[in-house]
Amino acid sequence: MRILDLQHIKKSFGDNEVLKDIDLAVEEGQVVSIIGPSGSGKSTLLRIATFLETMDDGTLSYNEKPVVTSINHIASYDHKKAIEEAMNTFGLVFQNFNLFPHFTVLKNIIDAPIRNQKRNKQEVIQEARELLKKMGLSDKENAYPCELSGGQQQRVSIARALALKPKILFFDEPTSALDPELTLEILKVIKELAKEKMTMVIVTHEMQFARDVSDVIVFMDKGVIVEKTTPQKMFTSDNERTKAFLGKYYDQQETH
Amino acid sequence: MNLMDLFVQLAGGMGTTLQIFFLTLIFSLPLGLIVAFGRMSKHLILKNIVRVYISIMRGTPLMLQLLVVYFGPYYMFGITISPMYRGVAVIIAFALNYAAYFAEIYRSGIESMPKGQYEAAKVLGYSKTATFFVIILPQVIKRILPSLTNEIITLVKDTSLAFSIAYAEMFTEAKAIAATSRSMMPFVAAAIFYYIFNAVVAFVMETIEKKMSYYE
Repeated sequence: MRILDLQHIKKSFGDNEVLKDIDLAVEEGQVVSIIGPSGSGKSTLLRIATFLETMDDGTLSYNEKPVVTSINHIASYDHKKAIEEAMNTFGLVFQNFNLFPHFTVLKNIIDAPIRNQKRNKQEVIQEARELLKKMGLSDKENAYPCELSGGQQQRVSIARALALKPKILFFDEPTSALDPELTLEILKVIKELAKEKMTMVIVTHEMQFARDVSDVIVFMDKGVIVEKTTPQKMFTSDNERTKAFLGKYYDQQETH
Repeated sequence: MNLMDLFVQLAGGMGTTLQIFFLTLIFSLPLGLIVAFGRMSKHLILKNIVRVYISIMRGTPLMLQLLVVYFGPYYMFGITISPMYRGVAVIIAFALNYAAYFAEIYRSGIESMPKGQYEAAKVLGYSKTATFFVIILPQVIKRILPSLTNEIITLVKDTSLAFSIAYAEMFTEAKAIAATSRSMMPFVAAAIFYYIFNAVVAFVMETIEKKMSYYE
């Protein structure tokens, strides 16, 4: 099953063309990492996939059901109901968590499934407690986000996304706001999810992590996909641009 | 003149003052939110009408607005004003005026909310209405409480402006007693009343602020 299918995505902000004809498909159970320098368009691509930004042209399908089609080279979004349905199939973890500060940890996790998916409250609470246990936060269910470390907050936000039972989970630089120690904490959680065959798309600057966890790595630069291949092939690529970008990563490794 | 006697004499007027205060809040706090929506609307005509309304309310004296609301129906449309209308005019003028101030306070609070809160709510499937009332507004209220307190304290003192259309609230009565008794004491009593009233308002608002300080 192809969970996500983006084709011929084009997006400009004013005169600045940030995405130039991008294709990205994600199969069920796949983990896809998107790497590339800042300003390469990877976050914009993720924001388009999650409807936080609209594309200028291209097509988008979730579960092989088209929600955005291209008509005369202009993206045409399906009606509200279809988009809501598509939005219910994915979860998104933000760089700076975006937890609701006035809700407790538990309420952050259970409010959306109860209010928006109209699910049984007791059942949702039970599942939320299991998620918290998995995240190592069982003792924090009554804490407020401001009482937690960045790493704990990000784990809560992952639990919040998972509580809606998404078929695919997007991560937008999930460790960029964290120090190296807390970063490892989050990467561990994501690796666990990968083991459980959670379908994921991860925008990241953590090269070693991308290499370890991904089935496919996409390298983007200046609004185009330079390479899209397995970690092994990516890290032994002959492509000059890829080598230059990953070269910086190898330099970093050596100085460690 | 004994202060205690004065307070007894002024008791009825104090009741009226309290009535102006609470009725103004009951009408202007929700109205202010609606005005704030108009002010932030993408609809240009609506937005500009609201902008002009706020500008007039803030740019002219409340006393003058009160006179216009009270005498306007007679001078503009020849409608005979009944004495009953006096109290109504006070509430209309106060509510319209305070709604404008509250609207700007709400707007400042709403516009200070980080975009990420809206994005998280959208991705989690909250409707626009739920996003506003469940996620945004509770946080906005916490942010704007100090400014609200300021405005509410001003309202306590502004109730005295009702004397300009001879509405029998506390200050109007204190003035009358002072004139007939040729004494300063009624004003002293009035000052004590406003001071205690505002001390209570400040205390209540502080308590609410503390209650909401469970998160940052």
